[in-house]
Amino acid sequence: MDASARKRVAVIDACRTPFMRSGTAYYDLMAWKLGSYAVKGLIARTGIDHALVDYVIMGTVMADVATTNVAREIMLGAGLPGSIPAHTCTAACVSANIAITTAYDMICNGQAEAVIAGGTEFMSDPAIKIGKRYRRFILDYTMFRRPKTFVEKLRLIKGMKLRDFFAVEQPAIGEYSTGLIMGQNADRLARRLGISRREQDEFAARSHRLAVAAIRNGKMRKEIVPVVVPGTGKAITEDNGPRPDATLEKMEKIKPAFEKKYGTVTAGNSSFLTDGASAVLLMSEEKARDTGLKPLAYIRSYAQSGSDPWEELLLGPAFATARALQKAKLKFSDIEVFEIHEAFAAQILANIRYMESEEWGKSRLGLGGKMGVVDLEKINTRGGSLSLGHPFGATGGRLIASCCSRLREENARYGLVAGCGAGAVGNAIILENAQ
Amino acid sequence: MKYFTLEKNKDNIAVITIDCPEGKVNKVSSGFLDEVAAIIEDIKNDKSVAGMVILSAKEDNFVVGADIDEVKDMKNAEEAVTYISKGHAILNELEKMKIPVIACIQGNCLGGGLELALACNYRMAVDSPQTVLGFPEVQLGLLPAAGGTQRLPALIGLTTALPMMLTAQTLRARKAKRAGLIDELIPPYGLKQTGIKKAIELAKNGLPARKRQRSFVNFLLESNPLGRKIVFAQARKKVTRQTYGCYPAPYAIIDAVECGYVKGREAGLKKEIELFGKLVVSPQSKSLTNLFLSMSDLKKNPQKNMARRVGKLAVVGAGLMGQGIAAGSTSVCDTILMKDVNLDAAAAGMKEIWKSLEKRTKAGAMLHFDRDIQYNKLVACDDYALFGNTDLVIEAVFEELEIKKRVLADVEAAAGERTVFASNTSAIPIKNIAAGCQRPQNVIGMHYFSPVPRMPLLEIITTDQTADWVTATALDLGIAQGKTCIVVKDGPGFYTTRILAPLLNETILLLEEGAIPNEIDRAMRRFGYPVGPATLIDEVGIDVGAHVYEQLGPMFSKRGITASQGLTKLLGQGYKGKKNKKGIYNYALKKKKGQKMPDENVYDILGDSPRREFDEELIQQRISLMMINEALICLEEGIISCPRDGDVGAVFGLGFPPFQGGPFRYIDNTGAAKVLATMESLEKQYGQRFRPARILADFVQSGKKIYSDR
Repeated sequence: MDASARKRVAVIDACRTPFMRSGTAYYDLMAWKLGSYAVKGLIARTGIDHALVDYVIMGTVMADVATTNVAREIMLGAGLPGSIPAHTCTAACVSANIAITTAYDMICNGQAEAVIAGGTEFMSDPAIKIGKRYRRFILDYTMFRRPKTFVEKLRLIKGMKLRDFFAVEQPAIGEYSTGLIMGQNADRLARRLGISRREQDEFAARSHRLAVAAIRNGKMRKEIVPVVVPGTGKAITEDNGPRPDATLEKMEKIKPAFEKKYGTVTAGNSSFLTDGASAVLLMSEEKARDTGLKPLAYIRSYAQSGSDPWEELLLGPAFATARALQKAKLKFSDIEVFEIHEAFAAQILANIRYMESEEWGKSRLGLGGKMGVVDLEKINTRGGSLSLGHPFGATGGRLIASCCSRLREENARYGLVAGCGAGAVGNAIILENAQ
Repeated sequence: MKYFTLEKNKDNIAVITIDCPEGKVNKVSSGFLDEVAAIIEDIKNDKSVAGMVILSAKEDNFVVGADIDEVKDMKNAEEAVTYISKGHAILNELEKMKIPVIACIQGNCLGGGLELALACNYRMAVDSPQTVLGFPEVQLGLLPAAGGTQRLPALIGLTTALPMMLTAQTLRARKAKRAGLIDELIPPYGLKQTGIKKAIELAKNGLPARKRQRSFVNFLLESNPLGRKIVFAQARKKVTRQTYGCYPAPYAIIDAVECGYVKGREAGLKKEIELFGKLVVSPQSKSLTNLFLSMSDLKKNPQKNMARRVGKLAVVGAGLMGQGIAAGSTSVCDTILMKDVNLDAAAAGMKEIWKSLEKRTKAGAMLHFDRDIQYNKLVACDDYALFGNTDLVIEAVFEELEIKKRVLADVEAAAGERTVFASNTSAIPIKNIAAGCQRPQNVIGMHYFSPVPRMPLLEIITTDQTADWVTATALDLGIAQGKTCIVVKDGPGFYTTRILAPLLNETILLLEEGAIPNEIDRAMRRFGYPVGPATLIDEVGIDVGAHVYEQLGPMFSKRGITASQGLTKLLGQGYKGKKNKKGIYNYALKKKKGQKMPDENVYDILGDSPRREFDEELIQQRISLMMINEALICLEEGIISCPRDGDVGAVFGLGFPPFQGGPFRYIDNTGAAKVLATMESLEKQYGQRFRPARILADFVQSGKKIYSDR
């Protein structure tokens, strides 16, 4: 369908909790609680009447078994009435992006007029499974076999070693299909595209520098809702990821994290485990007008992409942006504000390589030639996931918040939010300034 | 039948459903009792009935107690004795039933309702925070008189039963199970089927033996006459310490329980009936009952249709007051902005609210997810950016006119046409705060009392300009917060602070004349105040008191009353009261025999009169009549719209002796002529401040009571 014929969908507001390194300030919380703080903050900021909200969608990746439909606990916990349906979506690191674009679709289709979408991630308490052998034993003992006699019981333990009772399975951030963990794939990509260690370290240092500056000059405050962890009596107002001392010199000293010998991807130029949540209020243009809520931006188009998990695992932004631009009938040069997820410095540099390449543009992205020339001055000027952190399910909401805020401040017309996710999926959203 | 339905099912179980037609709750009344008697008779004569189940058709209560109106209208002790004897006979019959009699309890099971349940031989209660059991009779100056004083201790033990009856403390389902008050927790819904199933089971297997678990100490105290004697003596001592003997009901409860232990169940029951007859007609009980009825009246908002819902509330100032107001609103509003000068100050306030939510969760009063929902409604802020769309803003900032005016201006700039601005001030006239603002019709006073969660009163102050919908909205919010609200007119000190000021003034004057603070306090405690006025000054704060004087001084001096400068002098010497440990009492010295030691330097500051003894009655008259007379003048001036509001305000806001029912009820009880005579003689001796209110002379002349209800 032609974009102009559809309903216009407005972003009324977007906000997030401060992003905190896992194991720090949010230590005793849960994913749904973080999500509730973001949603509650959004409601307080916009002043929207509960009765106007039609639906809630939240993204998350490492779901807690206790709250599998975490979106539901989040909205109930934020005091929204039970009559509003909610679902959780998961698509790795673009979970929140997809929550937002699903909300967009719902509004376009007339399924809803106002949707809260975003995401949450809590890595301070990830689920650790007990070892498979022991797990099987417990399941067989209590549910599937239920041995009656002593001999039968003994048979279940047969072959088990002592360490089977202690071994645990760490959750891996890896590809099931390729068996590579993501950092290894980033190394592979960097080598394939000739991205140097220095380039990566420079980009990571830049991310920290810009994030620290954005916090210092108060720009970050606009998108953050302070969190008061119950019982602490202290307000958390800032991200604790960005480090003023993350200079190039320091970056260079860090040893490779994944491919110890020949790799270039380090803990310094990768995003780190983070807790945080984000929430975005989307509304049809008419509804926003009726209720007197002023949109920040309109969603002009969006696209999802899939690519090859071996060679193009982290290239979602390039693939999805190509399509989103086509749908919006815009040129790459029309975009003035870029907010692209930074999983690894190597990953974002690789995406830029793809965007600027005649060859990849033609052969892989389905374009006539190169997508365009990337101006670094327009990308992630308030830092990115490398410095602010990356709560998997929530990052998309942060990107929207940041993009909307930058569109206003830079008086720009079009902005792009893009991300990549495990399984080689990508998502790109083009926003148009509402002013 | 009017109150019950009786059905017998194929399993020969009789199901009795209580459904009083008059309202949402079941109450015990004469008609109710007659029907119970008939049902018992019926079942006794029907040999086929194998078991009995008693339950309520109401959603949230079993039986909430006796019909107060009926009890209140009893003219004399004989009438009361006849009424309660009938109840006794019926419950004794019920208790003697040979078949299983099961009470299925859901929601409130209080007073007479609990006594009915106690007479059954098996009790089941729905496992929910809404299931509450207890004996509130003592609050009305009565005792549980339908066998409660006998059956409760027998069931759960003396050491658990006594406090329950003496303090009207209620037990939730789980605690009641632990105490042995109920036999079984059951899931909600399908109570009838659950009850029938149990009745069949009990009819077949017989009643299970009850085993009471108690601590070794309790065993020592409860199991022998000597131990029990200690318990009774201690209980009497404690009551005397707390009430200075002003209330007969607690002693009656102890007497009845003791009589049962010493002379047996039958004598105990008789004693209970006798004491009930005495208590019902006692002035204390009448006053307390009237207060209770006034409070119930005030739980309804007469302007409900004009009230707007407060979804988004903002509290400016997250100090003790602000926290308390916000804490009381988490179950009422959707969003509560906690605004303070910085986020950490707001967060510190949120911490206290969290603590109280946590406490209630641990006590089983709320579920953990509800605790989280309520906490999540709080949003910390350090500016007014989020104030758009707020329905009501309550400021609880420092008590200074200019600061309050600035907050109002900031709120008006940030919020909308529909935003009500409420000032939580104790003395500053609301019209002064509203002077020069954009929307004076939206400005109102909401005077909460500290500590907010525990003080039941809310004084709502309207100016000439306050819009009706604004008053209705504030009233609605206050009622939803669980407060008893009185609506008063604007003026210096409104009603409560205004009638408190002369009382404090008289206290200082007495100190200046040479009275000893402990004696003043003791005299007033004996009069029935829960806290003596000297202690009150220290606790409220001498600085606060001096500030109130500043606000009210001009009004009093216009009437020719010169206020003591004592508080100002003390403040000048750095005395602020308990908060800085420098007050009328010396908080550095250790208490002697439980008595605080006065600070002797205070005497010097207050004019160095030699200390001397004062007649106790004179102290009581001088201090209490100052408040009572000012209350009369407030009624005269229309600050309060009726005596009821004046009584409720004085009792629940200022601790005026509840058993006296309030200043106006006190005049009725004592006799207006007598009060007038005392005032006149005090006026001769002490001057103009004791000039009786004109309205008092009017009452004397007309020969009518202030209240026409008795």
